[in-house]
Amino acid sequence: MAALMGNIESSLLNIGYLETLSYQQTPLHRLDPRVKLLTTLVFIIAVVSFGKYEITGLIPFIIYPVALIAVGNLPPGYLFKKILLAAPFAFFIGIFNPFLDRALMVQLGPVGISGGWVSFASIMIRFTLTVSAALILIAGTGFNAVCLALDKMGTPRSFVIQLLFLYRYIFVLTDEALRLVRARALRSFQGRGMGFKVFSYMIGQLLLRTLDRAHRIHLAMLSRGFDGKIRLLRPLQIHGRDAAFFLGWSALFVLMRWYNIPHLLGNAVAGLIR
Amino acid sequence: MHMADALISPAVGGAMWAATAGLTAYSAKKLRIDLDEHKVPLMGVLGAFIFAAQMINFTIPATGSSGHLGGGMILAILLGPYAGFLVMASVLTVQALFFADGGLLALGCNIFNLGFFPCFIAYPLIYKKIAGESPTPGRILLGAMVAAILGLQLGALGVVLETWFSGLSELSFINFLLLMQPIHLAIGIVEGVVTAAVVSFVWKTHPEILARAPSAPGAKAHSHKPLLIGLALFAVVAGGMLSWFASTHPDGLEWAVKGATGKEELEATKEGVHGVMGWMQEKLSFLPDYDFNKPNEEKAGKKEESWPDISAGKSLAGILGAALTLLLAGVIGFALRRYYSHSKG
Repeated sequence: MAALMGNIESSLLNIGYLETLSYQQTPLHRLDPRVKLLTTLVFIIAVVSFGKYEITGLIPFIIYPVALIAVGNLPPGYLFKKILLAAPFAFFIGIFNPFLDRALMVQLGPVGISGGWVSFASIMIRFTLTVSAALILIAGTGFNAVCLALDKMGTPRSFVIQLLFLYRYIFVLTDEALRLVRARALRSFQGRGMGFKVFSYMIGQLLLRTLDRAHRIHLAMLSRGFDGKIRLLRPLQIHGRDAAFFLGWSALFVLMRWYNIPHLLGNAVAGLIR
Repeated sequence: MHMADALISPAVGGAMWAATAGLTAYSAKKLRIDLDEHKVPLMGVLGAFIFAAQMINFTIPATGSSGHLGGGMILAILLGPYAGFLVMASVLTVQALFFADGGLLALGCNIFNLGFFPCFIAYPLIYKKIAGESPTPGRILLGAMVAAILGLQLGALGVVLETWFSGLSELSFINFLLLMQPIHLAIGIVEGVVTAAVVSFVWKTHPEILARAPSAPGAKAHSHKPLLIGLALFAVVAGGMLSWFASTHPDGLEWAVKGATGKEELEATKEGVHGVMGWMQEKLSFLPDYDFNKPNEEKAGKKEESWPDISAGKSLAGILGAALTLLLAGVIGFALRRYYSHSKG
């Protein structure tokens, strides 16, 4: 039960912390959210479009997360931890590759590396790149701004509103859940643990209470003039720097996709040494 | 755990995104909610509820793995297929953005697997048929179980197909299928029970919610439209990509052909329909072997994966270059950070 409580509380803090990061005032945060969303998508598509055995071609793409973390004043350690937490899916599917694909592919001196390990490494690199891009998008933009960007780019209004309400009500629900759990713990002298019956009753109560509170919150929003339009303090306008951001990074991604920069660099250096 | 971007090719991701976007627009159009309707907070709350429920992992006995609730069935039953699909999509979007649970490119696949199958196939075709308008607890349980199991099996099949078409995992179709389906059967049973429990609970305490859940509006003919659209899109995607399948390891068929004739692929005649089709395929496949800049490999015959031309010298240069690139990226990152934190004062 304590695990559940910790789970609820920690995921609440998780969302809260990412959202807090998005309140900072850095050049990254001041960019138009639409531009950031589109650039992230171009990045992901570029990374994902490599062949399955590509490793060196993927490496230069790290510049995007690194630059954004630096400019946006984001905590790299925290982001890395989140990436690790999300890794199991890709890891457990990818780990089959080395076992199933044993054809020798690369010979590094005396050590032979099978194709399976190469494709596995490629999968994990792709994973790190794409996940960091997604996290940086939220940490550098904020959820409301992303929703506004989606709205302005043609997403159905009802879906955007659903996203906003979902986000709001996650906090409401986890709040209620914490209260329920804590109340029970206090009254049961930290009892042996929740049986299935008690658990299901509590889930039911949770649902009812959250429905009730959500209804009151909705009425409160309506009576304060909520009309479905999302409003941010900063009006959305595409400035020169937004266009430059998108075009510059997209051009770089295309360049890095077509030319294998590490190979070029390595050859140049090797040539110099000789 | 939802599908990650690392295992998706842009073709698969893009195609599933197109399907999902189409379904989302269609659902939104069908929904047409007013803002001050009771539905809005209900959708938001149920979304939060499913979101929280998905975080609770239960262990599946005798397999050593765990599963979690999908929630699509609950949403479909309580909200109707259109709202249910939108809510499921929103839950998965928040999970992808905040928890990196599922990639952004793979979001289209995840929404399709976890939203389309329960809301537009399992719900209308199974649950509604079994449970009907005013169901007894027994019928709710039966309907929820069958619908949940079917919905999850289809979703698992979707994952296998999408991973297989992307070609980044070495798992063969059959092996992956044999891994996924039994586990999702067990998860489906649990989901059916939980769905039945939640629906019965709501039925007892707030029956007006269930009564208000709209069935697909219009005559019977209309209620199959989203199903048909989704299936058609899925079929186009699958069919369109079958032509690319020829470029991976020998499949069962090729292996059998090889065993029978000594060659993996029989040469098609260059004349007539075959010739035209072959020529068209060559021209149309803009992503041969999922590689943008190696079109020549396609013509060379597809015995094995496109082997990047690796020699010892080239790989050393590559490693050296990669190390230098990383160093460069790190230096740039440090410099940027110092510049921006200095200028802030």
